Amino acid sequence: MLDDKKIKNYSRIGSRATFGLVALELGRQIENLMILTADVSTSAGLDRFKKTYPEKYLDVGIAEQNLISVAAGLASEGYKVITTTFAPFQTMRCCEQIKVNLGYMENDVCMVGLASGVVLGTLGYTHCCIEDLALMRSIPGLKVLSPADCGATAKAIDAAMKAGGPTYIRLTGGARNEIVYESDFEFNIGRGIEVKSGEDIVLLATGTMVSTSLRVATLIESKISISVGVYDIHSIKPIDKELIQNVSSRSKVIATVEEHSVVGGLGSAVSEVKSQLEGGAPQIFFGLPDRYGHGGEYDSLLQSSGLTSENIAQSLMNKYRAVST
Amino acid sequence: MVAEFMLGENSYSPEEHARRLRRSILDMALEAGSSSAHIGGALSIVDVTAVLFGQIMRVNLKNPEWPDRDRYILSKGHACLAYYAALHDIGYISDRDRLSFEKTGSRLLGHPVMDRSIGIEFTNGSLGMGLGLGIGVALAGKKRHKNYRVFVVMGDGECNEGSVWEAAMAASHFKLGNLVVIIDRNRYQQTGSNSTVMDLGNLERKWRSFGWDCEEIDGHNYNEIYEALNKNRSKYRPVILIANTVKGKGVSFAEGDNAWHHSVLTKKMYDVAIGELK
Repeated sequence: MLDDKKIKNYSRIGSRATFGLVALELGRQIENLMILTADVSTSAGLDRFKKTYPEKYLDVGIAEQNLISVAAGLASEGYKVITTTFAPFQTMRCCEQIKVNLGYMENDVCMVGLASGVVLGTLGYTHCCIEDLALMRSIPGLKVLSPADCGATAKAIDAAMKAGGPTYIRLTGGARNEIVYESDFEFNIGRGIEVKSGEDIVLLATGTMVSTSLRVATLIESKISISVGVYDIHSIKPIDKELIQNVSSRSKVIATVEEHSVVGGLGSAVSEVKSQLEGGAPQIFFGLPDRYGHGGEYDSLLQSSGLTSENIAQSLMNKYRAVST
Repeated sequence: MVAEFMLGENSYSPEEHARRLRRSILDMALEAGSSSAHIGGALSIVDVTAVLFGQIMRVNLKNPEWPDRDRYILSKGHACLAYYAALHDIGYISDRDRLSFEKTGSRLLGHPVMDRSIGIEFTNGSLGMGLGLGIGVALAGKKRHKNYRVFVVMGDGECNEGSVWEAAMAASHFKLGNLVVIIDRNRYQQTGSNSTVMDLGNLERKWRSFGWDCEEIDGHNYNEIYEALNKNRSKYRPVILIANTVKGKGVSFAEGDNAWHHSVLTKKMYDVAIGELK
């Protein structure tokens, strides 16, 4: 489904607009598709979809609780439903509706959380979302996906629609999204992807932090003679236990890297698996701090949270030296 | 004029039908024993439930999942005893299941858990979600040109929830003439009267201002309930019937006493109540 042209085009427009283009493809393919938004058609790149498939589009207004209940009602009648709005409103504003109407009742609704993480930092933390993985992951029955680039966003939506059942897809990053996957690749829910091989230090990353982690690996390998592996953990739930078990037993240091709070996200999911293992490499958490700052520009927020390749590389080299001596 | 309820070879007057359901509610409440049951709100809505299941709703007695059935959503899920009694009455819920109410492993808990094979359309219990679900189901019906209607039963206290008003706005915006809400206005909620806990003001005016075809009825008058549900109305406006009811209706010691919102029914009280419902 992905070709080089699409990958480049998607990357240029960012994950939100990619979602809009993917929606057009789904509109063609799925007869009983319904896409519901809460007054965000433009932000979600859905203006063309709305014009092309008006009968498959529904705006419920700025009312996210109702968004989820209406979606569940439609899904219970056999519609394939996608809902979308900005990540904090898609997850936190209607959290209990997600629990009861999607998790408990297992209604087939795919939620797409736009502009998660801190990409909208200049708008303040009302519009950032550092908590969605923690919340969504704690709801039984939900699948939680966090794609690494725009091509992966398309793959994740496709996989979620094919698998069915309630799913949350977290979109991170802005326009001019970095490309992790240069060509089509296999995306399986519950299976992480090795994007760079290496054993001494292993980075388990998700969302935008996969490309950052690739830079970390290059940096470290240019400075000391060890090998650094990077895995894309796009599937936060179900999590790839086998992969974690595997890297935990053969590497010396494991890092989890995410544009999400250090509370409850990928790092926590990995540590839940690691804590059940005998021994294994120590895990270092890289993520957003457990506090609301003042907000600000995307790059500056990532920098002040230590989520830069330089900082992560330095910390990991220090840790590696400490455990190797 | 409301007709007799025909069930197999038997027919019941609406009064007798509702009495049967009330006795059934008490049977289940007794079975719940010390875990207690929501009795007051089930007894206030049971006359509306009887007319809906007996005279109004199109159901297929052999197939609870018949695609053209009218949908019933009990948004005030705590009144599930009235719902279970009606589903048992039409043969969807077995005798054995009915008497397993609130026991470990039962399909019938203190709030409805979705189980379409026995007629339970959705999981409800957390207030303020049934109307949004009903909108989704009503939209599906319109899109597919189905003739089914969607009935959503809500409590008056439930109208405290903000999500009710999100849905209220949407239903009229989407012109859902196939959606009917009935509010069980017994004027009480968990810890007191509506007016002391959270005054609802003029509920009729509120719903009308949201674009609904709103009518006030006596929720214990079978003819009024029937006429209001059977009236020819606009295909493009959702309907809301605000049914004035008495919490605990039909059982003298529970009528109007909010202590029966959620309470234990002893065998002695059960016998008194059943005696009143002969």
